[in-house]
Amino acid sequence: MRDVLRHHLFWPVAALVALLVANTVARPGFLAVTVRDGHLFGAPIDILRTTAPLLLVALGMTLVIATRGIDLSVGAVVAVSGAVALSHIASSPDPESPVTVLTAIGLALALCLVLGVWNGFLVSALGIQPIIATLILMTAGRGVAMLITGGMITTVNSAPFKVLGSGFWLGLPVAAVIAFGVFAVVAFVVRRTALGMLLEATGINPAASRLSGVRSRTLTWTVYTASGLFAGLAGLLISADTMAADANNAGLFIELDAILAVVIGGTALSGGKFNLSGTLVGALVIATLERTVTVLGISPLVTPLFMALVVIAVTLLQSPRMRERLTAARRRQVMAPPEPQPAARPDSTPDSTEVKAG
Amino acid sequence: MTQQTTPPVVEMTGISVEFPPVKALDGVDFSLRPGEIHALMGENGAGKSTLIKALTGIHSPTAGTIRVDGVERRFSGPADARAHGVSTVYQEVNLCENLTVAENIMLGAEPRVLGGLNWRAIRRQAATHLERMGLDIDPASSLGSHSLAVQQLVAICRATVGDCKVLILDEPTSSLDTDEVERLFTVMRGLRADGVAILFVSHFLDQVYEVSDRMTVLRNGTLVGEYVTADLPAAELVQHMIGRSMDVLEAAEEVLEQAERPAETTPLLQVVGLGRKGSVQPFDLDLYEGEVVGLAGLLGSGRTELARLLTGADRADVGQARVSGRPTRLRNPRAAMRHRIAYTSEDRKGEGVVDGLTVRENIVLALQAERGWMRPLPRKQVDELVARYIKQLGIRPANPEALLRNLSGGNQQKVLLARWLATAPRLLVLDEPTRGIDVGAKAEIQKLVAELAADGMSVVFISAELEEVLRISHRIAVMRDRRKVAEIDGGGATMDQVVDLIAGGGAA
Repeated sequence: MRDVLRHHLFWPVAALVALLVANTVARPGFLAVTVRDGHLFGAPIDILRTTAPLLLVALGMTLVIATRGIDLSVGAVVAVSGAVALSHIASSPDPESPVTVLTAIGLALALCLVLGVWNGFLVSALGIQPIIATLILMTAGRGVAMLITGGMITTVNSAPFKVLGSGFWLGLPVAAVIAFGVFAVVAFVVRRTALGMLLEATGINPAASRLSGVRSRTLTWTVYTASGLFAGLAGLLISADTMAADANNAGLFIELDAILAVVIGGTALSGGKFNLSGTLVGALVIATLERTVTVLGISPLVTPLFMALVVIAVTLLQSPRMRERLTAARRRQVMAPPEPQPAARPDSTPDSTEVKAG
Repeated sequence: MTQQTTPPVVEMTGISVEFPPVKALDGVDFSLRPGEIHALMGENGAGKSTLIKALTGIHSPTAGTIRVDGVERRFSGPADARAHGVSTVYQEVNLCENLTVAENIMLGAEPRVLGGLNWRAIRRQAATHLERMGLDIDPASSLGSHSLAVQQLVAICRATVGDCKVLILDEPTSSLDTDEVERLFTVMRGLRADGVAILFVSHFLDQVYEVSDRMTVLRNGTLVGEYVTADLPAAELVQHMIGRSMDVLEAAEEVLEQAERPAETTPLLQVVGLGRKGSVQPFDLDLYEGEVVGLAGLLGSGRTELARLLTGADRADVGQARVSGRPTRLRNPRAAMRHRIAYTSEDRKGEGVVDGLTVRENIVLALQAERGWMRPLPRKQVDELVARYIKQLGIRPANPEALLRNLSGGNQQKVLLARWLATAPRLLVLDEPTRGIDVGAKAEIQKLVAELAADGMSVVFISAELEEVLRISHRIAVMRDRRKVAEIDGGGATMDQVVDLIAGGGAA
């Protein structure tokens, strides 16, 4: 039990389960999944679909945060990606042709890759602080998207492109299949190769890593590029869902949700050790939370407050200091001390693994 | 000096501290009198830091009492201890590099005016404190612009602000050179004359003998005894500390004596006129296989800078380098690694350990970085490698999954050595590998260096301790004022000879 409680995924998963329970209580059929029109249908499937873009953005964000960085530009990149893809389809003579759609996807992803390279260049080659470096594209990116769409909300009809957002494959939403698929591949690559360890070493101690021969600069550049690419893919999923390129509102605040997903998942913003499975759960928690708001019929006026409270609860439960306090309080309840104990300072209690003495 | 009649200002009795399952301190008694300098001695892991932390409230003892000025106390933490006159300066400088010297000194004790800070008073008071320490630096300059040694003195200066009855100095001299140590000792003696009780922890025995009045020796978390410094010969002290005779210490010398100075061949690394502006003047140096070359010189003499040019940690702007006779450029650490040149930095915390990773990950880091991320070392090979080095170097705890931040300084250093030995270097450049670690571990590292050289490795050994450099080097390069001023044979060299060269006398 103690091991389960201490597991890094315990609290994020507990939060997810609690949200699902709350929904089921409010609406007993919440977890039911049925087959309709040849594909799966139900609230859980919807949650998977709405998680997809956030999961992709949070995936890139986790890797960036591992290197002590942050990428604030992902929301803008989402907008650029959608703008490029939809503008290309709208301007082509044959919007329904798969070739047009594939070209649109290729163009959008290529541009987002370039934007990611730009961020990486600012951070790793020029040594600009990540928050400033990506702030540039965060603001400029929406301008670029605006330029591409000509300031209009471009709406198009293209069945092949729409599949990305609302289609189904083997009964599952295409968006979810893509996002979870990409996530699985990246997680596999990161942990099966030495990439994860080298990223963590770079994030924890860049100077020591350099002296050890780690190509920290290249690694940093790579994660910003990956973050741009994943945000671009997320932008395609979002724009295919709405089929409208909205330079101002597409992907708005998704960078904050992504950072939140990373934090809920247990990766510290100070960099170093990261936790992709935690990010996955974090993204699911946020998507489920958004769904919960509608299920519980919470007034839109207090929605942000409600979400904030849940997030505060999850992050508090995750904080090691808070957890030590809670366990200490429980210990006091369970066994009344036979003799006066020395005043314990819970936050300085060393780990059982600590052997440093002297 | 010490008046036996004065009541102790700190009296700790029967102190036990446990980190289950480890018992870090077991029923230790310790007392400190006003106006004395009291050395706390023991190997790494003997419990010195734990005792200090028990006193300052960082660790809660599971048994025992602590009296300060006769009143029983359990401090809630360093701030509480400081409020009751017990200040601590730790081994690693814990100051804010981005603030000014004055801000660092007065932090938490700033004079206020009308609810705001009185900046002029802050600078003025800080200047007074600096003057008392004999430190001639601008209080308005940023702390980060000063050397580690000056930062250390600023840290001590900060600790004496306010009503300081007890000053705890945990390894204050590990990053200071001879002059600075003298300056520190002058300050310590001044404070002693003012009635301050000073608890002093140092691995440098000569310093302990120079400055302390009494000493308490710990071993494996238990008290060995309390002694008057003048009555305890150094050899006896070392035996008390390590609980065994000096065999290990002498082993290093024996290995070295057996090793023959290798016959002249092509140097493994030959540098001609290598230099870097503002760092070190152009120098020549030949390094041969099977040879230990010591670098002697004061802190800031350019010995570290020279090592950094040899290993690509810094890029040289003039000069040539040849590896096994072939010209090359040591552009960065990776380029040096390709020639099997390895470098451990003097800044263990800042440029060595990756403290959030495990022992295993730290050991394989350089080897893995060299292979690139796409070719991970097979897990089985990693486990074998790590197990071998843990055993060979005696890394404690012998747990590959322990986080490096939970290891003592000496063990962290061994892990760093393992990291580089795993890359099978031909040239190993060790910058202060024995700083801040205990006598036993120090002897082990010296012995290892001698053995590696005997097996054909070329080693460059840098240390602030001349005696150590003299003992294990075949050849010694002497540095002064960022220049290489002499190169002498290690076998025939005497301490006085090297000191003369360092000081600028003698024939260069």
